Amino acid sequence: MKMEHRSTRRVAYDKILRFLLYFCAFLTCALLVLLIGYIFYRGFPNVTVELLTSEPSVLKNVIGILPNLINTLALVLGTLIIVLPLGVGAAIYLTEYAKSRKLVAVIEFATETLTGIPSILYGLVGMLFFVQFLGWESSIRAGIFTLVIMILPTIVRTTQESLKTVPQSYREAALGLGSGKWRMVRTVVLPSSIDGIVTGCILAIGRIVGESAALLFTAGSAAVLVKNLFSLSGLHSLLTTSGGSLTVALYIYSLERGKIEVGFAIAAILMVLTLVINLSAKWLGGKLKK
Amino acid sequence: MTNTKVLNGKRSRAKGSGALALFTQRKVEEPMSDQNIRTGEEQGTLARKKGAKNALELIMNGLFFFCGLVAVAFVLFITVYLVISGLPAIREIGLTDFLFGERWASTASDPAFGILPFILTSIYGTAGAIVIGVPIGFLTAVYLAKLAPAKVAAVIRTAVDLLAGIPSVVYGLIGMTVLVPAVRVTFHLASGATLFAAMIVLAVMILPSIISVSETALKAVPKEYEEASLALGATEIETYFRVSVPAASSGIAAAVVLGIGRAIGEAMAIMMVAGNVPNMPSLFESVRFLTTAIASEMAYASFGTLQRNALFSIALVLFLFIMLINVLLNALLKREKK
Repeated sequence: MKMEHRSTRRVAYDKILRFLLYFCAFLTCALLVLLIGYIFYRGFPNVTVELLTSEPSVLKNVIGILPNLINTLALVLGTLIIVLPLGVGAAIYLTEYAKSRKLVAVIEFATETLTGIPSILYGLVGMLFFVQFLGWESSIRAGIFTLVIMILPTIVRTTQESLKTVPQSYREAALGLGSGKWRMVRTVVLPSSIDGIVTGCILAIGRIVGESAALLFTAGSAAVLVKNLFSLSGLHSLLTTSGGSLTVALYIYSLERGKIEVGFAIAAILMVLTLVINLSAKWLGGKLKK
Repeated sequence: MTNTKVLNGKRSRAKGSGALALFTQRKVEEPMSDQNIRTGEEQGTLARKKGAKNALELIMNGLFFFCGLVAVAFVLFITVYLVISGLPAIREIGLTDFLFGERWASTASDPAFGILPFILTSIYGTAGAIVIGVPIGFLTAVYLAKLAPAKVAAVIRTAVDLLAGIPSVVYGLIGMTVLVPAVRVTFHLASGATLFAAMIVLAVMILPSIISVSETALKAVPKEYEEASLALGATEIETYFRVSVPAASSGIAAAVVLGIGRAIGEAMAIMMVAGNVPNMPSLFESVRFLTTAIASEMAYASFGTLQRNALFSIALVLFLFIMLINVLLNALLKREKK
């Protein structure tokens, strides 16, 4: 048999494309390493105890991001408390209850549409409705409700995916033992998909922590420490007053006030949060597959 | 009597729920034969218990139905709100003057509200991001899906997810402090805050979505296609580019469309690098996008003025762009599934 000889053109094609493949993959990774490295390099020297634990004050010439940290935490918790039951409920309806294919298609189209809407538009609608129409002013609660609309599709989609991985036989067994549908969902379906739901939550937390455009005009940008945070009145004033998240603080400090070092310090903190959130989601996702 | 009612109810609800329906019906019939042996009293309590259970089932069914409808309500709510708040200014300015006017001077004594510069900037900026980002993302996806050893692929995938997780203001900050000065020095400009800098930032930001969607599409290509090509004597690389990529073309197209959607909707990062001046777009000029036009003036536009209302109209235009992209994306993803 005659050996096939590849033409030089084919060899060159092969070599060039192979090089490009390796190069682009390398470029993507290098980009991330450089980004993280640069942020840490410029940011960490500026992350001081004072920055993390104080309230900004012009009089004392102190810059602190403690209020922003608290605001971010409040936004994350508040949003999750509302969006989790809604999103998981919607996913349960779609996978367990819905009978009309048309209705399922409509709901799924709606969640996909919500995914595609840019966050600046959420911010605008949130400002028009919660801040103006309901008269909530710029406040954490306006931010929370805007984020609920924005995060809902993430929770619905991840929950739906994990509900779909629950074997049909589990459901049949539960129904066969005489359980009703709700009992089946509560005792069989939800417990076996809890990992997926938690992963969805972590992804949602990541999006909330990194969000800025939707918050600028809804939650505002103030950085004032609320007194008596752990009382009912403190909680109320936290929710009803304007408060900038970490991302909004980064934006204000670096673009509007020209304090680049503070911007980098916040960026470093945000990067650490992003790393922790992503890696824990990955770890949980890996556990889920087993 | 009550018993049969309950059973009927169950049966009718079981109808139509696909594979489960068969099972539920079977399940319902079996205990019936069992219950026939029971005394009347026992039957009564059983029915009552079932009644309570059924009420709970009905309540939960209703609750979940409500949750399902919330997403639809949100979409309708956003659409209606944007249309209602966006129309007045368009009516006042005139549709053609608004869309095709080349001058935006919202606070001048002789105000002009033409958003053509924003529309073109958004289109050019997105196109630039696609031109830079898609080749890199696409080739990385091919490497990930086909060439990479499992462990390397896992590392790169983590890197891609992390890139997707970096907040847009962080991209903006890096762009502002590294990229913008670099552009200024390289091209000898007065200021580096230009459309070009925005394109690069956008390209990096859409990279993760392009990589992960194309990778999924490439992985879904049946192994037999590639094996057939290899058996015919094509090299590995030839197989990937001439067989796998065409087979995954609609998925890759979906990745590009998704990237377009991301790029056109991004606000904060490009706010920090594009200079934010309402010029007609040019590669090395400061420009303003549709998104940044909204963000930059919303903070100070006073309530009820034409300036503020015009910002809502810009949002409406942006929303229409996004809906168009969404419809295209859905069509592509449906084709991909088939």
